[in-house]
Amino acid sequence: MSILKRTGYFVGLPLLLVIAWWALTLGPTNFYVPTPQKLAETFWKVWTGERFFTDFLPSIARLLIGLVVTIVLGIVLGVLIGSYRWLRSLTEPVLEFFRAIPPPVLVPLFMLIIGANDQMRIVVIVSGAIWPVLLNTVEGVRAVDQVLTNTSRTYRIDGFARLRYLVLPAATPQIMTGIRQSLSIGLILMVISEMFGGSSGLGFTIVLFQRGFAIPEMWSGIVVLGLIGIALSLISKAIERRVLRWYHGLKEVQRDS
Amino acid sequence: MTTTPMLSIKKLKKVYQVADGEIEAVRDLTFDVADGELICIVGPSGAGKTTLLKCIAGLLTPTSGTIDLAGSPVVGPPKAMAVVFQEYGRSLFPWMTVRANVELPLKNQGVPKAERDTLVDNALEAVELEHVPKSYPWQLSGGMQQRVAIARAVAYRPKVLLMDEPFAAVDAQTRADLEDLIRNIWHKLGVTILFITHDIDESVYLGQRVIMLSNSPTVVQDDLTIDLPDVRDQLETRSSKRFAELRSHVYEQIQLAKASKPTGAVIAQKTRRPAKARRS
Amino acid sequence: MLSKRVSGPALGFVGILLFLLAWEAAPRLGLVQERFLPPASKVLAALVDYFGQAAFWRDTGETMLAWGIGLAVSIIAAVILGLVIGSSSFLGKATYTTIEFLRPIPSVALIPLAVLLLGVKIESSLLLVIYASFWQVLLQVLYGVADVDPVADNTARSYGLGPLARARYVVWPTVLPYLITGIRLASAVALILAITAELVIGSPGLGYQIALTQSGGAVPEMYALIVATGIIGILINLGMRLLERRVLAWHSSIRSEVVA
Repeated sequence: MSILKRTGYFVGLPLLLVIAWWALTLGPTNFYVPTPQKLAETFWKVWTGERFFTDFLPSIARLLIGLVVTIVLGIVLGVLIGSYRWLRSLTEPVLEFFRAIPPPVLVPLFMLIIGANDQMRIVVIVSGAIWPVLLNTVEGVRAVDQVLTNTSRTYRIDGFARLRYLVLPAATPQIMTGIRQSLSIGLILMVISEMFGGSSGLGFTIVLFQRGFAIPEMWSGIVVLGLIGIALSLISKAIERRVLRWYHGLKEVQRDS
Repeated sequence: MTTTPMLSIKKLKKVYQVADGEIEAVRDLTFDVADGELICIVGPSGAGKTTLLKCIAGLLTPTSGTIDLAGSPVVGPPKAMAVVFQEYGRSLFPWMTVRANVELPLKNQGVPKAERDTLVDNALEAVELEHVPKSYPWQLSGGMQQRVAIARAVAYRPKVLLMDEPFAAVDAQTRADLEDLIRNIWHKLGVTILFITHDIDESVYLGQRVIMLSNSPTVVQDDLTIDLPDVRDQLETRSSKRFAELRSHVYEQIQLAKASKPTGAVIAQKTRRPAKARRS
Repeated sequence: MLSKRVSGPALGFVGILLFLLAWEAAPRLGLVQERFLPPASKVLAALVDYFGQAAFWRDTGETMLAWGIGLAVSIIAAVILGLVIGSSSFLGKATYTTIEFLRPIPSVALIPLAVLLLGVKIESSLLLVIYASFWQVLLQVLYGVADVDPVADNTARSYGLGPLARARYVVWPTVLPYLITGIRLASAVALILAITAELVIGSPGLGYQIALTQSGGAVPEMYALIVATGIIGILINLGMRLLERRVLAWHSSIRSEVVA
């Protein structure tokens, strides 16, 4: 496909949609939907000013800290539970129950116990985002190839070395799947924790705008959230491509054979 | 002869517990392997060959009987033993290059880098794969992958090399090359080799001795010394009269073994339980 | 290894008992404050209490209504759109960037919009539920259509099967397992969004009740409602697995690998 055609497909529909949006808002000022120019102006004004430091960065920081804790805790617990069958059987029903609880429900709970502060928000993020990581890690650890495991045993690769050379690399594709899911859950929980009982942050700000009927500002906030979601998706795809290069190669060969 | 045999298996017995009772896979296996010997083990399908190998390798605990490696009993995978499995695709680490794969057991043992590099280089040369160190296993053909597994075992410098039907999943052309490769390595290194196969011709071509197993519950059916010349050639040796005689002998024994119905429930020990379904 | 003899389900049961025991003991022994974590017995008592109240069932009904309607609408929309986009290579390429762009947008971003446009009613919940569930199903349908065997499709064409017949005999059986996976994922997401909407916006339902109990300091009641939502989540999960097994057992001869 030529570059021109590919660019056409790339921007075609989005461009059409933006044009339609502009056309629809051409008349007198619509209360609910700002014009594209107004939105762009407002976006710039709101988010490159003071709010960048008082709301945007703190939110991102909470999200990142929450995700890091989620991933580390999820993998550690997942490896532990996945490595011992009795532990898995013991904890499985209880974990299944906790995982079935819709994570947002825990926001009031943690607010009660911890208070309306940053620790609460991070705990909320972890409490919801950890499940895909944990469960996928357990599955990945459990499903390590038997022949590979036997090979490792015959060469006496045990203990920590076994974890490092066999278990973790083998489980990585599955773990990455879990991490990918946990990113979007983490973002959602960050926003909810700020919307529900917040005093700063993206979620709080957007609700503030909406309550004060500052509509273009509200939309600009929505756009910011959208951009963060997209950024997370792109970053995770990039990381996956690098870390799982061997896996993609392997799958391609298996597909062709 | 009073020298201790490298491997001494006495009255090996393995009984599996299954849902509705027991399966006696191996009833009584007794044989010795001298230091530096290359012996082949043949038997009909389901004859407990893999069970035997796993017990010797320390991966399975026998129900009764003893396995001694250079005089000491085998409890868990012994340090001086290396195993080459049939499923080469699954025994190499797909996230590591060829070189990293061969190097891993040495790295794990704490062998210093300079020595490691020499051992790995020599091993890769011995299997004629010195030109693909940076490739990944899945980029290589089946035969080449098995060579990597063999290089890994060779670099490890084991006293005993166990091979579980290593060439069964490889095409005939490659198999011939690999057979000669094994004999070369054996001559060069003087390592003791236990070679399990279902291919009768291969067992006679390769071994100094061929041990024939009965059907399950398995015992040693026959033990034949191969008095072919030490230097063997795919074309000449295989078309010699003595080869044909030895081969017939083994063939007859295996036919006898197959004919005697296995007592008790017959299940191929290689059947694995289906993996549990994945969940999201 | 003695653990080999103890069966899985038995251990699981023991796990549940241990957990309940710990939950009961911790507040009673003073390890945690009771106003933060009431003992299990109090929570379960509050839950049983709720079961006898009409208001509880009304709230549960509201939540399930938002869940059900939202799920149904999103499935229908996603199937139609997915089949249409998936079966045309032009549409597939043209919509790719738009879909990849809109998909990662968190549905919670729409909360203020929903409040603005629709107010504190069930319609707000529906907007969120539909938006989030739609993408789950759409993606799976697209995977499914992409998985259709071109050889089978061409063969059908050569036998003179028109687009509708092909859709029925070739496309649909391939798409079905993917669709079921999408529905399963969407059903979980739908519950989360329904409760979220109620929690944050205040539309009627269990989420709203949880917010009320929290601000009112009715702690055992709050925990009881949380447990209730967990039970609902498990029931939905079980229901979906049952659905999956029934529909796909029927199709197991045709189905190929399912994207987890």
